[in-house]
Amino acid sequence: MSARRLAKEQPDSFVLSAASKKEIARWIKKYPKGRQRSALIPALWIVQKQADGWLPAPALEAVALHLDMAYIRVYEVATFYTMFNLAPVGEHHIQLCGTTPCWLRGAGDLKKVCESKIGPKGSVSEDGKLSWIEVECLGACANAPMVQISNSSGDDYYEDLDTENFGGLLDDLAAGRKVSAGPQSARHTSEPITGAATLNAKGFYNKVKKKKLPNTAKKPTKKKAGAK
Amino acid sequence: MVELLQDKDRIFTNLYGLQDWKLEAAMKRGAWLGTKEILEQGRDWIIDNMKASGLRGRGGAGFPTGLKWSFMPREVTNRPHYLVVNADESEPGTCKDREMLRHDPHLLIEGALVASFAMQAHACYIYVRGEYIQERNRLQAAIDQAYKAGLVGKNACGSGWDFDIYMHHGAGAYICGEETALLESLEGKKGQPRLKPPFPANAGLYGCPTTVNNVESIAVGPTILRRGAAWFKSFGRDNNAGTKVFCISGHVNTPCNVEEALSIPMKTLIEEYAGGVRGGWDNLKCVIPGGSSVPLLPREICDDVLMDFDALSAVKSGLGTAGMIVMDKSTDVVAAIARLSYFYKHESCGQCTPCREGTGWMWRVMERMVTGEAETSEIDMLLDVSKQVEGHTICALGDAAAWPIQGLIRHFRPEIEDRINNYRANKPVFVAAAE
Ligand SMILES: Cc1cc2nc3c(=O)[nH]c(=O)nc-3n(C[C@H](O)[C@H](O)[C@H](O)COP(=O)(O)O)c2cc1C
Ligand code: SF4
Ligand code: FES
Repeated sequence: MSARRLAKEQPDSFVLSAASKKEIARWIKKYPKGRQRSALIPALWIVQKQADGWLPAPALEAVALHLDMAYIRVYEVATFYTMFNLAPVGEHHIQLCGTTPCWLRGAGDLKKVCESKIGPKGSVSEDGKLSWIEVECLGACANAPMVQISNSSGDDYYEDLDTENFGGLLDDLAAGRKVSAGPQSARHTSEPITGAATLNAKGFYNKVKKKKLPNTAKKPTKKKAGAK
Repeated sequence: MVELLQDKDRIFTNLYGLQDWKLEAAMKRGAWLGTKEILEQGRDWIIDNMKASGLRGRGGAGFPTGLKWSFMPREVTNRPHYLVVNADESEPGTCKDREMLRHDPHLLIEGALVASFAMQAHACYIYVRGEYIQERNRLQAAIDQAYKAGLVGKNACGSGWDFDIYMHHGAGAYICGEETALLESLEGKKGQPRLKPPFPANAGLYGCPTTVNNVESIAVGPTILRRGAAWFKSFGRDNNAGTKVFCISGHVNTPCNVEEALSIPMKTLIEEYAGGVRGGWDNLKCVIPGGSSVPLLPREICDDVLMDFDALSAVKSGLGTAGMIVMDKSTDVVAAIARLSYFYKHESCGQCTPCREGTGWMWRVMERMVTGEAETSEIDMLLDVSKQVEGHTICALGDAAAWPIQGLIRHFRPEIEDRINNYRANKPVFVAAAE
């Protein structure tokens, strides 16, 4: 467990934008009546996007008011989930996976790249372009080592990294050049880099034909459904 | 020679996203084929066939899926039933559900309909881990397609069954993969596991009967029903039926995901698909076979162990999620496990003392084991503390934190002792073996 607190310096106010409200309304519709609290995590995420990548205290208050919840319940959630940033981040926020499968394939070297180009873990570069933190397994271990980069245009995985392509990626981002997400190698996704050894029997998957369902010797018992 | 699985017997035919994920293409690959007829057979037929197929849960614990579905109340009262799909995938070493979400989402949506129908649930929530943002956008797009085509929604597939399916997401917390923490999170709270009983089948989401299943367990359902329980059962040994998506990461030449039959020898899997261990099989040090929570296995065991539930538990490890983490002889295995101890300390939700305090304590001692700055007697103390955490907590995260350390001590105790001795003798504490 790690204790997470709100930033010391906070803006005075925060106003939910109309776009955020509209998006939050879409989420509230997904849950039964009276369960709008279920929309809290998506709502905080939407608000974090509106607030340039972090959650100021007045934004938490605005969400509490909007969802008709006690502030403390919102605070609890914002401090529990690690994707909620409680202090300002850079324009491009790098979340470097440091868990064992990535570590085995060089995450430690990638950390050094971040340290030299951005600064110590948790810092924002002087020009405000880049910031980085270490995170736990992002569920892309077959493409290790990898990072997730969040910015105003989205949140993408960059995989199959090494110090060279990662360093270049950070330079490109800082300079505002276009980068492409996904594996930074010759791979499409998580097939072996030497090419998929499976799923290449040409076209077999376009020939699936409807057959009689197996194990249905008896007549379908349509109306029996559920009853016994 | 082991016979490898053929493409025609793979369920996830777009695992790598080399084909189009969209509805029309997915249908050509067999998704949504005769779903209405499946539903027409009735819930008992579905559940009986799922039981007969031998499918065991793919989320880690391996509980028989058909049996789990049969635990839902037979009568629906004033509390609606829910299916919740666990797409929180955060177990280190595991990256399979991601491929299903983004490349084969229609198999999952169809599976959710069939499973929900069998459990009389009119609504299903798919809880996707917060970081999978592209994946959840893809899933939402696929759900929208399914609604538009009348496959879900009112009178789903023309079956007369009304079914709503919703994508929900988290915001970064491994513990939300634990099923009751996931339900808390879905209710908009901190992800802290609930005490059981009551079990979710009685009181789950919003206090209503709920079943939580892994993405893979749900997505394979329709194909099993279409091709028959006997077909699925023909793969793998008794009690270990079916095909399974394996994730192979770490020190292999070509890390990858691959669907294979259960009970395939570990060595075959690594050599046929992952390009072999870096530097050759003899350069293998150990493998964590089922995601970070299961104990590692040294090379001698890896030589001929089979990848299934029973074979791996017979060697005191487990199939878990089938996320294999391979380490060659250059690995500082004590540091590799210490990093996992950090992970569990970081992810403990903090509500039970043995876990909150124990994970931190074990991590700090592990860090000293890495540098050799410890007493030999502390190895047994560490083992003892891990046993005090194991089985004494609300959820299985406590066990998950204890097992990697127990596996390390079981198989690599001399290596830890050497380090402590080297540290005292002022020698380098760890020197990687030459490749
Ligand atoms: C700490 C912890 C984390 C877990 N994470 C996941 C997860 O990310 N995905 C998952 O499907 N199951 C996870 N589980 C297992 C679930 O609690 C549950 O057993 C599973 O979703 C049931 O699905 P199945 O029967 O289809 O396997 C986790 C369990 C624990 C204790
Ligand atoms: S075992 Fe750990 S993670 Fe699970 S409920 Fe207890 S404190 Fe939370
Ligand atoms: S350990 Fe980095 S993605 Fe899994």
